[in-house]
Amino acid sequence: MKTSPLFSSLLAVYTLTHREVVRFLRQRNRVFGALAQPVLFWLIFGQGLSGARFHSVNVGYSEYFFPGIIVLVVLFTAIFATISIIDDRNTGFLQSVLVAPVPTLAIVMGKVAGTTVLAVGQGVFVCALAALPGGFEIGLGGLAASIPVLILLSIALAGVGLMIAWPMDSTQGFHAIMMAFLMPMWLLSGAFFPPGGTPTWLGWIIALNPLTYGVALLRYSLYAPGSPATMGLPPFSFCLAATIAFAVATLGGSVFVARDRAGGRHP
Amino acid sequence: MNRPFAVRVSNVSHSYGTHRALDKVGFEVAPGEIFGLLGPNGGGKTTLFRILATLLPIQEGTVEIDGHDACSDVSGLRSRIGVVFQSPSLDIKLTVRENMIHHGHLYGLYGAALSAAVNEGLARIGLAERAADMVETLSGGLKRRVELAKGLLSEPSVLILDEPSTGLDPGARRDLWAYLSALREERGTTILVTTHLMEEAEHCDRLGILDRGRIVSSGTADTLRGKIGGDILTIRSTGADALCAALNQRFSQEAEVIDGTIRLESPDARHLIRQIYEAFPEQVDAISLGRPTLEDVFIHETGHQFWNE
Repeated sequence: MKTSPLFSSLLAVYTLTHREVVRFLRQRNRVFGALAQPVLFWLIFGQGLSGARFHSVNVGYSEYFFPGIIVLVVLFTAIFATISIIDDRNTGFLQSVLVAPVPTLAIVMGKVAGTTVLAVGQGVFVCALAALPGGFEIGLGGLAASIPVLILLSIALAGVGLMIAWPMDSTQGFHAIMMAFLMPMWLLSGAFFPPGGTPTWLGWIIALNPLTYGVALLRYSLYAPGSPATMGLPPFSFCLAATIAFAVATLGGSVFVARDRAGGRHP
Repeated sequence: MNRPFAVRVSNVSHSYGTHRALDKVGFEVAPGEIFGLLGPNGGGKTTLFRILATLLPIQEGTVEIDGHDACSDVSGLRSRIGVVFQSPSLDIKLTVRENMIHHGHLYGLYGAALSAAVNEGLARIGLAERAADMVETLSGGLKRRVELAKGLLSEPSVLILDEPSTGLDPGARRDLWAYLSALREERGTTILVTTHLMEEAEHCDRLGILDRGRIVSSGTADTLRGKIGGDILTIRSTGADALCAALNQRFSQEAEVIDGTIRLESPDARHLIRQIYEAFPEQVDAISLGRPTLEDVFIHETGHQFWNE
């Protein structure tokens, strides 16, 4: 049974994606970690800070914070999916993936596609909860429009996670980077508080953070044009271009890092 | 296609920083042969295994398996080898069958043909009834059987196993070797194992002894043992160093003290025992005579014990 290289690669991406999803569904604690924790954050901070007034925000804090929480769901899903690379490589299924006759691009795409399916599924689920009667002004159109944005964000963040996890030999190292780099990246993306009114140096970090434009793009997608929830954001086309560039860059970076299949490890 | 060798490793060297893990390693394995790389831990076996399994890039030298060069045609090479890792490579959250199906997909197998291959592979290792069970419910021995079936699913021409007996009880070890021998008979599969167990090495057609990154000796177990001219005398003594020097002077031997015991190879060891007893009745605490083992070959070739590092 001889198959073409393209078909073999697609088969590999399919099987790795499938495995990722089945594993996720069989590990209840992962469902909790990636979904319940952000929602809990949203309830606590959304309610706790509901009295806070930001002059550049035209909606209540709870609603302002909501798209940020969706991005956090995506970020956590990407972290859980990529941190598993570290253990999986030494005592797990990944070992046989790495010696299989599939291109590195297919291995990376399998991981990224698996993460994307999980992240988008959870993101849409949380969005749909908020769109229920009595919730925010998110219509079916907003839900549908958010899907491509969530896909882009998932690819970008899965790529970031993969680039960090691939060369690492302990999950502790990943946790350190998560706290020192990934969480600040999210906090300083306009997800938690609006960039307007921050000190200049912080404003620069927020402006240079690629995730800022992903969060803004998600706000654009969820609401109808001209909604007060999207006022004061960078231009839509710029957000779109920046987010696509972010996804392409981290995907490229992941393939580059993963070319070294052993991840620079000593036996 | 009949090649004179299934695996050819020439002048392979590998360094981690300044540490040279492999130094100009070379050997060939004939098709259908069971070849063992025997050596102590830290001798370079794992590095060599990782290079053969295509996990580590080749720094120096060449590796050719079933006609595919590891540098210029790594994908072709990967499609011809089956790899069985020392640490588990199964997804414990998936069933036995799911693990096999994913593995098949990675090797370009799919559909009814894959399904048939999985059924056959599981039946072969006697695990057909456990196909729907989660891997985490399997015992260590059964897991290794699944690992083996997984490695053979794509019908590789060369099967590479890293310390395959790890974690297996003696009965399961016997089963494993019976299975590998049957595989070689039926499919003509070439088998390459790394091991630090002398008893496991006895199952191999030929051996390469790997120490400190070099192949210090290779051949069949009998050939290797034949390199030792005669039998081995092991003498225990409280004054081992002094006795050793005295023995060498008196009997013109090349006895050595290794880890506190005197070791001596001699073609006429039986006769020598009596002479030693007569000459040094006070100094000898115990003396034993043995046919050379692979461990003796190792000491003979390297000048140190197998286990002392």
